Amino acid sequence: MKRISDVPKICILLAGCLAIAGCGGEPGADGMIIRIGNGTEPEGLDPHIVTGVPEHHILLALFEGLVRADTTDLSPTPGVAETWEESDDKRVYTFHLRADAKWSNGDPLTSKDFLYAWERILTPALASEYAYLLFPMKNAQAFNEGSIGDFAQVGAEALDDQTLRVTLENPTPYFLSLQTHYSWYPVHQGTIEAFGAKEDRISKWTRAGNLVGNGPYVLSRWSPNEIIETIPNEHYWDVAGIQNDGIHFYPITDGQTEEHMFRNGEIHITYGVPISKVPVYQAKNPEQLRIDPWIGTYFYRFNTLRPPLDDPRVRQALAMALDRDTLCERVLQAGEMPAPFLTPPDINGYLPSARVRYDVDAARKLLAEAGYPNGEGFRTVDILYSTREKNRIIAEAIQQMWKKSLGIDVTLSNQDWKVYLSTTSNAVMGYDIAAGGWIGDVIDPINFLECFITDGGNNRTGWGNEAYDELLAKTMAIGDTAERNSVFDQAETILIEEMPIIPIYHYTHPFLIDPRVRGYTSNLIGYYAYHQLRLDNAASGEL
Amino acid sequence: MIKIIVRRLLEFVPVLFIIVTLVFFLIRLAPGGPFDRDKEVPPEVRKQLEAYYNMGVPLYQQYFDYLAGLARGDLGPSFKNASYSVNEMIGMSFPNSLELGFYAMCVAVTLGLLAGISASLKPNSLRDYVPMSLAMVGICVPSFVLGPLLVLVFSLHFDLLPVAGWNTPASKVLPSLTLGAMYAAYIARLSRGGMLEVLSNDFIRTARAKGLSETRVVLRHALRGGIAPVVSFLGPATAGILSGSFVVETIFQVPGLGRQFVESAFNRDYTLVMGTVLFFAALILFFNLLVDLIHTWLDPRLRNA
Repeated sequence: MKRISDVPKICILLAGCLAIAGCGGEPGADGMIIRIGNGTEPEGLDPHIVTGVPEHHILLALFEGLVRADTTDLSPTPGVAETWEESDDKRVYTFHLRADAKWSNGDPLTSKDFLYAWERILTPALASEYAYLLFPMKNAQAFNEGSIGDFAQVGAEALDDQTLRVTLENPTPYFLSLQTHYSWYPVHQGTIEAFGAKEDRISKWTRAGNLVGNGPYVLSRWSPNEIIETIPNEHYWDVAGIQNDGIHFYPITDGQTEEHMFRNGEIHITYGVPISKVPVYQAKNPEQLRIDPWIGTYFYRFNTLRPPLDDPRVRQALAMALDRDTLCERVLQAGEMPAPFLTPPDINGYLPSARVRYDVDAARKLLAEAGYPNGEGFRTVDILYSTREKNRIIAEAIQQMWKKSLGIDVTLSNQDWKVYLSTTSNAVMGYDIAAGGWIGDVIDPINFLECFITDGGNNRTGWGNEAYDELLAKTMAIGDTAERNSVFDQAETILIEEMPIIPIYHYTHPFLIDPRVRGYTSNLIGYYAYHQLRLDNAASGEL
Repeated sequence: MIKIIVRRLLEFVPVLFIIVTLVFFLIRLAPGGPFDRDKEVPPEVRKQLEAYYNMGVPLYQQYFDYLAGLARGDLGPSFKNASYSVNEMIGMSFPNSLELGFYAMCVAVTLGLLAGISASLKPNSLRDYVPMSLAMVGICVPSFVLGPLLVLVFSLHFDLLPVAGWNTPASKVLPSLTLGAMYAAYIARLSRGGMLEVLSNDFIRTARAKGLSETRVVLRHALRGGIAPVVSFLGPATAGILSGSFVVETIFQVPGLGRQFVESAFNRDYTLVMGTVLFFAALILFFNLLVDLIHTWLDPRLRNA
């Protein structure tokens, strides 16, 4: 009976505690730590399991492949391998590992560690989603699909502890750039097997304190959904070149929160910028805004199995009635590049010659030829997109453009990401027109063009063309880049003529960066050299 | 009393069982699965993945296997996160939600009761109108508006507190205030109503007639009955504050369970959805039981009911 009257007192006391707790604690007073917004919480840190961009960023800090890439032009530079040779037929590569290469626990890093890693990622039971990136290696696909059981038959051989020979199935001009992808990174056998079997997907080996890597940094703390902290790896071969005291990655899902944290000086580099903030930064703080090109294209898929979209003339007409320049300049406003073709320009010197042009008169004519003069008799079609603000804005703009130029009615519908994936899958094909995109894994046109081979898992349009498939198959055996690019061009011309997709724009990567950050260079694939980053406190950058 | 508690605890079992069964099948009925990705997973890899996560066997078998795991206290592996099991993920994130919920509740109860009681003592005066209008605003302004607003004022303008995070005491102030504000508003209105009703009773007049001081009348006699509606509200509110803090946890980067729960549904992380639903269900049942017990303690008439 007496206690009840104490309730308000207790509450006041607790509020007091809270107020006291609120005092003190100042972030950012711990050396030269570079704080980076990193999108979402990583799915894990096992390079053989993960698939996403946030994971890619963290793994770049914790691991290193045979070859690194120059962050400006992405040309190969020494990584674990100090030198390498390429055979004349471009099918055999011999890597010479540096003698002082070590794991973060001090163990020597040898060519056998690479063999172990490659065998692991290709082991069918591990079900690695990126195993296919190793398929250029001889017999790697057969081993991954289970038709070969002996890894010795795969084209990887340790000649001695410091020499590694890789034999390829076909000449692969992008083979060295593949080495920068985490699917090719070495893993530490002792650590993996201390926490489970080689083919265990779920394991504790990647946790802070357990993880042994070979990159410039070591994982020092991982608090899920809060922070991932790294500190310099004292056993890294270029430890002297590490310019900062560590990289902290923040999984910040909310764009507005990330922007607020940046403004308050809590992070130095953001993962993105809310669309509405881009013009604001462009006007007021242009030195804090960076818009880098990115290896990706945003496009609309047609369901070519459904009339009237089964008629290439209709697809062409819709594509030609789309004003990409206006869309990028007035609607998107984050430096996106209008895409008249699928493959982003200048990938390995490749620039497609076929282009979709903006020509409303020609579009009307094509639509009339297909039996829909002025859009008469054209059924209402639907644009499907996954629930995201940017998708909605684009779809609304295109809806207006088509109504105005062609007189056709378009409805819009959005679905939750997983539902959208299911609706647009080859098995369901439950859409008319669907927003989609592709971000390249490797710098090569094949990575974009092979999406649309007949019945390919990423095709999802119902479209198929034998000549297209044959041309792409032909490129596999060509070692000469110019010759290869000309075959890609022929294939892409077919794609643009048949138009199972409408290319809309090439992605950019807009983000915010503290002007004090030095050593940050941008490139198409988001390959960063974190150890070169430092803060120049003398710079005028004020947050 | 112990008999009542035991009986209620036994009632939990069928309720939780029904929830598990419903959620198990409902989540699998939703279009899209954990392995649907932007970049198609090759069919052979997909098969191996399904085998690894026990999705290769018939659905009823998966259900019984899940129940068997549950009986051992094992909520299974997360489909999305390869490094932590569902048990560990709940174990790591719930303490943060609990801490946030506790602070928010303190804010809510303190502010709410002070405003509500003081308003009820001078009804229809400025002392009533001001806090009650503020309470109405508190109820109407959603946390995704209030949160960023507080950030703009206290972090970006006055530079007093960090924008987000959960690592320093200072970083915990804004999330607690944001989450607590709406509940404070409800509590203010509920306690005002409760107090007004009690203060008009005969026994209060008797107490005043006996010459007791106003403080004593309010704190000793009126408060006990006046806050009964608040106590009823606190049970579901506590469960709600712990499970429904998704927005606040996202805005302020709090590594809590509410955020994980919502993201797991988007990711079709079946086991994490199941685990969190089950955990929250148990939590709500527990808090309802607790409220009933407090009611029994507060109101002697209920003891023999």
